[in-house]
Amino acid sequence: MIEVTNLSKRYGDVTAVQDVSFTAAPGEILGFLGPNGAGKTTTLRIITGFLPATAGTVRVCGFDVFEQSAEVRRRIGYLPENPPLYNDMTVVPYLRFAGKLHGLGRGELGAALDRVVEACGLSAVTGRLLGHLSKGYRQRVGLAQALLHEPEVLILDEPTNGLDPGQIRDMLAFIRSLGAQRTIMLSTHILSQVLSACHKVVIINDGRVVLEAPLGDLTRDRSLEDVYTQAISGGLAAAEAVV
Amino acid sequence: MRNALTIAGREVRSYFSSPVAYVLLAAFLALAGYFFYALLTAFNQALALYSMMRNPEALQRFNLNEMVVRPLLHNMSVLLIFIIPALTMRLFPEEKRSGTYELLLTSPVRIGEIVAGKFLGGLVLVTLMVALSGIFGFILSRYGNPEIPMMLSGYFGLFLMAVAFLAIGTLISSFTDNVVVAYVGTLFALLVLYTIGWLGETLSGFWGSVVRYLSVTDHFQELTKGVIDTKNLVYFATILIVSLFLTHRSVESVRWR
Repeated sequence: MIEVTNLSKRYGDVTAVQDVSFTAAPGEILGFLGPNGAGKTTTLRIITGFLPATAGTVRVCGFDVFEQSAEVRRRIGYLPENPPLYNDMTVVPYLRFAGKLHGLGRGELGAALDRVVEACGLSAVTGRLLGHLSKGYRQRVGLAQALLHEPEVLILDEPTNGLDPGQIRDMLAFIRSLGAQRTIMLSTHILSQVLSACHKVVIINDGRVVLEAPLGDLTRDRSLEDVYTQAISGGLAAAEAVV
Repeated sequence: MRNALTIAGREVRSYFSSPVAYVLLAAFLALAGYFFYALLTAFNQALALYSMMRNPEALQRFNLNEMVVRPLLHNMSVLLIFIIPALTMRLFPEEKRSGTYELLLTSPVRIGEIVAGKFLGGLVLVTLMVALSGIFGFILSRYGNPEIPMMLSGYFGLFLMAVAFLAIGTLISSFTDNVVVAYVGTLFALLVLYTIGWLGETLSGFWGSVVRYLSVTDHFQELTKGVIDTKNLVYFATILIVSLFLTHRSVESVRWR
């Protein structure tokens, strides 16, 4: 699970994230929504331990991201906004490399590799150079990398970015199928994706959380689009009124 | 340690799956081969000239080590100043540019392992480079009679110098996400280290001795003379350890609050 409490991040005078709090329970898929530049990527990078927070705490599976960073990193699978691929490698050696970094032994690695290649539909491209793959395949290899070590928590930064409609549908269905066993947090700025994949929504605007609510309650008598527009334009007060 | 070897292995594969390793090795060996040929030709001509003059005393002073091996090692050390930065410039910037840095830093890998992996990857290439340049020494020992221990000591010096340069290059590449900045920054640092001894000749007293100690050339020259002194080994070890320690701090700094 993920618990974010009063998280702030400042770059010099610029505040990227201000006093952000929310939680994601085990088995929950959390949709992290917000306009471009709202602080989504920054928040995700702090949760994964890539960036330090200026203030506040993040706990993943009960471990503090700052104090027990290694424990957290062992339990997280992370797909950054740009899939972290070495363009001069082919798919299988790359996945082997990522698996080894996550502590998979020689024995486990083979099985894990077969599993993610199958699950992410990569069998047709296993021998291809990563630099030659299409955007859709790059995204899938990135996801495969995040799934290799069967993490308890999956952080996906715009996993459907650059995919075509068919691929988006497949990706979301796949993410839903993963959700039963783990906590998943995915960021996006496309509302329909949240509707089709998530249990819970956190909307962030200008570095602040303007809404945190289960999707069911939220869209009972209005569309998510209305909720989103109101939350983004009206700020905190309006969003609370909505809930 | 296992993680460090994983990272080093990927680094080496990346050098050899792109033209980088081949171009660097070929450029280094071709230029070194040219120097070797030029030095040897000059040596032979001078030898022939003095033999004609039937001057046994002058002939006595002819020495393959002094006239071919040491100048060759010196020239190769100058080549390293230009080649090593090209080898280290991509170590960190490429990761930062392509986003794979996020993979490294969010994996359960210690920062020391990342730094060691990067350095070891470069070390494989540097070792190969110095080892391949051993062909010139081999040719000399096959067809002439250089003093082998002195020559080996010189090659050892060249290797130590290359390792020290590699560590400095690794450090400077960790500061930036731009390969040009990494290359020029390292080139600058290496040139300063190489030429700082020139100041030592004019300065006297405390600063003179400090500058002379810092000069990589002085330590290298002693090794090419066949003198393996602890003082020189300590010098190269210090550069190595300090550079890698600072690289560790520099990589770690992204996690500082």
